[in-house]
Amino acid sequence: MIDRNLPTPSTETLAVGTPRKRRLSERLPVLSQLRQSVGLQRGMLITGLAITLFFVVIAVLAPLIAPYSWAQQAVDGQKFGTQQPPSATNLLGTTVSGFDVLSRVIWGAQTALLVIVAAIACSIFIGILLGLISGYFGGWLDRVLVVVADAIYAFPSLLLAIVMSIVISRGQSSLGAGVMATALSITVVFVPQYFRVIRAEVVRVRAEPFVESAKVIGVPTGRILIRHVLRNSTRSLPVVITLNASEALLTLAGLGFLGFGIEATAAAEWGYDLNRSVADVTSGIWWTSIFPGLAIVLVVLGITLVGESLNDLSDPRLRTRRRAGGAS
Amino acid sequence: MAVDALAPDLPAARTTSAGSGLWRYILIRLVLIIPTVLILVTLVFFLMRVTGDPITAALGGRLPAAQLAERVHQAGYDQPILLQYVQYLGNLVRGDLGMTITDNRPVVGILLQYGSATLELAIYALIVAFAVSIPLGLVAAYRRDKWQDATLRIMAILAYATPIFFVGLLLKLLFSVWLGWFPVSGRAGTRTELLMSGIDTPTGIYLLDAIRLGNADAIGDVLWHAVLPAVALGLLTAGVFLRLIRTNVIGTLGQQYVTSGRSRGVSEYRLVTKHAFRPALIPIITVMGLQIAMLLAGAVLTETTFEWKGIGFMLAEYLKARDFVAVQGIVVMIAVIVAVTNFIVDIVAAMIDPRVRY
Repeated sequence: MIDRNLPTPSTETLAVGTPRKRRLSERLPVLSQLRQSVGLQRGMLITGLAITLFFVVIAVLAPLIAPYSWAQQAVDGQKFGTQQPPSATNLLGTTVSGFDVLSRVIWGAQTALLVIVAAIACSIFIGILLGLISGYFGGWLDRVLVVVADAIYAFPSLLLAIVMSIVISRGQSSLGAGVMATALSITVVFVPQYFRVIRAEVVRVRAEPFVESAKVIGVPTGRILIRHVLRNSTRSLPVVITLNASEALLTLAGLGFLGFGIEATAAAEWGYDLNRSVADVTSGIWWTSIFPGLAIVLVVLGITLVGESLNDLSDPRLRTRRRAGGAS
Repeated sequence: MAVDALAPDLPAARTTSAGSGLWRYILIRLVLIIPTVLILVTLVFFLMRVTGDPITAALGGRLPAAQLAERVHQAGYDQPILLQYVQYLGNLVRGDLGMTITDNRPVVGILLQYGSATLELAIYALIVAFAVSIPLGLVAAYRRDKWQDATLRIMAILAYATPIFFVGLLLKLLFSVWLGWFPVSGRAGTRTELLMSGIDTPTGIYLLDAIRLGNADAIGDVLWHAVLPAVALGLLTAGVFLRLIRTNVIGTLGQQYVTSGRSRGVSEYRLVTKHAFRPALIPIITVMGLQIAMLLAGAVLTETTFEWKGIGFMLAEYLKARDFVAVQGIVVMIAVIVAVTNFIVDIVAAMIDPRVRY
């Protein structure tokens, strides 16, 4: 419409009427942003992705990589001994309970991954469901949910997670239940965030003409919600998910540090190990705290780098543009 | 928009409307605190009671069943939960949060006794956070995408990524154990503690108490003990503030009035610290208010790391002892603090920027 001197299209070009479907790599949230990024932002995104991938690989392959089990105190009938400095048997030394630090760090990755995935999956599901219903239908339910979500959101997440873990497990945790209880405690903290994000988008999309026309032609409400509203409301989710993943890990570690997460014999958990190492630090024993701590820092750093870059790339004010002349 | 801009600016009319608008806004916000606190109190109350009463949780297994039932009955935990809830709210309004189960002390007394320590730590941490984040945030915004910005951003992310207790442990290991510059833990040395126990009506804020003592050694000792905890908590907060300042100042630096100021020969330093920074403060202040919640959670972990005997330290102790009455009291109190802080932040934001009121 702007340029009126367009050449008359030939019949062949007219025939190819359907728009080219965007390739899968362009539609995947992270990959498309990777292509978009340049310079420092690209560096941050790639570093973040590499660290995150490394963490996932370690977590999945923990049974193969870890020299011992997380609660193993002896090998071939020979006790490791407690608080032993790094040696050939225990590459990173042993803890105050006589566990192998290296093994606990590696197994800890698995626990962390499980908790993060479970917590985010649950909170996304609940958050999206509530946000969708609340935003689309409005009314008193919407108002109540918004007030409740705001109240929870303003509250320190760690304290809420503590309350939840008291509720779920009364502070005691067994094997798999410990992981699930911790994940659920963290879930409650994050539901309001997803709720807010989705609700805001749904309220925007609800007013779009295509939703109205779908209503007019008699599309069932459930289908409108899922196909027309939800699928147009998820654009800011990747950023929130990545930022939450790092927060979930920090909350897990915080719970563990307060002695309120997963028991040492049930699974390896970095925060718990740090809790046990507070006394070690005072007497100059460094290996019990440094390694689990570094593991937390590395994973949170990786995930945060991904989240930060995605956030910047989705915000035009912060996006570094490619120079004119380069591929747009 | 255009009409608004052209409308005559009558100074007298503007001040009166802005004045009453601000009061109205303050009043609405004040009323809105009540549901927020009520929701949190209700939520925490029912969540904590859903799975059982606090006495069984704390003493179950240690007392014979009959004696346990007797104590549960005495405390009224066998009554219908709604009745308990109404009683709880009634007591709460009168400022009674119950007695702790493990050491039988009033929860309010614990909050008053240890609250000042947490307040002291939070203030030190905020001072560290501002001192670090404001200059560095401005540098990062001004040198956007240059190496300074890159370095600072990575440092900010690192500050966020490092759990506060790990920062604490590292600081302890390096500066207390290996270098021996700072004390390992606690709020003051035994000598100072002894001196302070002599003061009548202590404020609980050790620095003030030490100043009242007039003892230079005591003041030094108290400050010396505060350095590592304040740095640990302050750095975590500084990371968030730095990113916040950077993003918002980048936004205002791109505004045309900054370019216009530059063309009139305003110095670059002044452009950044005044022209760009001042308008960026509004969103910064709002988010900083939300960070108070994070600061309090951070205080819980910092206090545990450094055995800084504040509310957070006590919370961890009571958690370990499974004394849920005390835990509930502390959690409720933090909820109130957070709600009140958010209120104050909203008011400050509204005073700075008339557009906030709607």
